Amino acid sequence: MRHTASVFLILAFIWLFNSGHYTALLLSLGLLSVAFVVWIAHRMDIVDHESQPIHLTLKLPGYYWWLFRKILAANLDVVIRAWRGPSAISPCIGSIPANQATELGRVIYANSITLTPGTVAMRLEGDTIIVHALTREGLSELHSGEMERRVRGLEE
Amino acid sequence: MIENAVAAISGVSLALGCLLMLSGALGLLRFPDFYTRMHAAGITDTLASFLIICGLMPMAGWSLALAKLGMILLFIFFTGPTASHALARAAQLGRPALAVDGQVDAGVVEEVGSAAVEVEPDSGRI
Repeated sequence: MRHTASVFLILAFIWLFNSGHYTALLLSLGLLSVAFVVWIAHRMDIVDHESQPIHLTLKLPGYYWWLFRKILAANLDVVIRAWRGPSAISPCIGSIPANQATELGRVIYANSITLTPGTVAMRLEGDTIIVHALTREGLSELHSGEMERRVRGLEE
Repeated sequence: MIENAVAAISGVSLALGCLLMLSGALGLLRFPDFYTRMHAAGITDTLASFLIICGLMPMAGWSLALAKLGMILLFIFFTGPTASHALARAAQLGRPALAVDGQVDAGVVEEVGSAAVEVEPDSGRI
């Protein structure tokens, strides 16, 4: 029920911000379309804690802030290497453990890896992630496991 | 005065964003193979688009346009990694590219091979 309410609110906000027309006719059409999409989402059985992770609402902002600073640093690193050219990189592939308790946690972890320039999650198999990294340092930083700990912290 | 400051902030942010876009493009051209090039594209996906949208936001003022810019930013940050992952996964699982005459471009196969992907010498033949 809470998940349905969450889908409904998000869709309603998207509709309201994108519309800009607030007459009775258009608002009721908007309500109709939102209700229709919620119904479709229910039929597809995708309204659950995975598509609407409201249990993470309080913890996500802190994690996003940390991730954002990480993305900043990684961007600078890759930009410098782009200007220095191919001699500055050491591409490698490695498998990284992902010991999150839930699938959602592993997906958040893999997405965070991809979102950080310099590392891309290529495959997610069981509880390991195959990662391609632009540099050996990038891969060993993932191996140090700080990001993994933080994602696990989200779940607790 | 305040208008000037806002214009300056958004100008600096836009300029930095453009510089990062340029760096991403440079990396895309200079890096040796598909996977490393994807990392260069990661710059334009994340910080560059973030800076450009943040540079546009002060110009939009408190309006619906601001909310729409925010939504664009959110969508980029959610779809970007999904697309990158799909590309990387397809590249790793897929066969080397098909050439028009049915022959595989040997150069491409070699370069991908250097990124630790095992490619059998004649697996490229179709």
